[in-house]
Amino acid sequence: MTVTTDPVALNEWVPCAWHGQIAIGAALDTMIFGQDIRVERTGDQDYRVTTFGGDSPRELPVQTRYTCVFTTLGDDPRALPEIPEFDEADRRITGCGRVGVNTSPYRIVENFLDMAHFSFIHTDILGAADQTEVLSYRTEHRKDVDEIWAIDCTFYQPAASKAAAGGQLTKYLYRVMSPFSVMLYKNVATDPSRNDAICVFIQPRRETECLAYMPMAIVDEQSTIADIIDFQQSIFLQDRVILENQRPALLPLDPTYELPTRADASSIAYRRWLKAMNIRFGILEKQAA
Amino acid sequence: MTIRLYDYSLSGSCYKVRLMLGFLGLDYDRVQIDFYPGRQHRSPEFMEINPLGQLPVLEDDGLRLRDAQAILCHLANKHDDSGQWLPRDQARFGPVMMWVMFAGGELMAASAARLHDALGYDLDIEAARAKARAAFRVLDDHLTGREIDGGKWIVGDTPTIADVACFPYVALAGDGGLGHEEYPALRNWMRDFRRLPRFHAMSGIPEFV
Repeated sequence: MTVTTDPVALNEWVPCAWHGQIAIGAALDTMIFGQDIRVERTGDQDYRVTTFGGDSPRELPVQTRYTCVFTTLGDDPRALPEIPEFDEADRRITGCGRVGVNTSPYRIVENFLDMAHFSFIHTDILGAADQTEVLSYRTEHRKDVDEIWAIDCTFYQPAASKAAAGGQLTKYLYRVMSPFSVMLYKNVATDPSRNDAICVFIQPRRETECLAYMPMAIVDEQSTIADIIDFQQSIFLQDRVILENQRPALLPLDPTYELPTRADASSIAYRRWLKAMNIRFGILEKQAA
Repeated sequence: MTIRLYDYSLSGSCYKVRLMLGFLGLDYDRVQIDFYPGRQHRSPEFMEINPLGQLPVLEDDGLRLRDAQAILCHLANKHDDSGQWLPRDQARFGPVMMWVMFAGGELMAASAARLHDALGYDLDIEAARAKARAAFRVLDDHLTGREIDGGKWIVGDTPTIADVACFPYVALAGDGGLGHEEYPALRNWMRDFRRLPRFHAMSGIPEFV
């Protein structure tokens, strides 16, 4: 495809590499929204991102946060979200590299928000085959930060995290920070007063070709980083199978196209929000009747 | 006696070994290697364990082995008293080894396609998929012949290490953008394989086939 002209998508920060992926002095060629970009690592914490191919090259803004390198093609981008858990000293902070997923970015966000699939796709880990009910939860559009939240979510989980010693009723909070980023807070097995913070930031290469980054800030004194990464990657590669099999890959915003149930309340809120911001990139155009 | 497996959950080659250990009912210790993104299999510490920098590695009572196919042969040779998994008779031994080598050779193109699509490996994806399809074709034709003869396993009347070696990268094909639509005999065979006692799936193997 050519570079998107959708101003809503262009004015988002998206990841383009994970910190550590590129050696100092080296560069990585990748793509965002159909635009070829080159990510050069000029110093330990310093990156330079430039466009190439097509129009005359230009340098793009860069920031390194949450284990990722972010850039944007827009002139007036929405700010990156604040996630204070990443600044807490005792947290285990890690990314999981990046995983390719051939679908639209919104399908990845919706899957992350969905609790109904836990018992079927993540059987014996995030859900049990005999406890499949998604209990009622609430969604809200927090207008001060322009984010979608799903609150009061609970789900029975046989092995909620690497640190979990047995089944637990896990409390979840979901937070959609932008069309291309989502995170959850889930209560820590060993300390009910704290929440693990697990994010997905999506790099849309093209409309149905994405790279998913999963920064995490975890409370877990026992597990190795390799164990924590392995747990998260194993979950995500279970999701990847169903993600790549969803049709259409582009997201329909016409409410008559797919029939939601009450468990899909967070997805409904997300789609309404996307529709209200009039985003076009990766969206299924309404078909004539 | 202790068995230790240097393992990565998302590796199809490690999965072969985990399946075999499970089928044989063997307990083992697992050493988690951060293959991606950590590239721990290329670290100096791991290169001392396996100078090829590859997973899996198995340690069994002082013996250290690399190569999933070699490990399957070892486990069946040492721990399977029934002789089912590695038949020693002349009619079956050769064919079993032939398909075990096929699993470590031609079939690894499907692994390459998966590494490209899921973990961003830089390689010629169309070439990898074409080679994988050619390998699937060969195995599907073979299993079609087996079906006609009334058999359902790759060699003989019981599952062998040939089936264990071939299963992961056939079943994980979707991760590399390869469908099973053109391979009806592979689908039948996978269905039978999944019904084996102590079978367990791994991430990327759809549970809803």
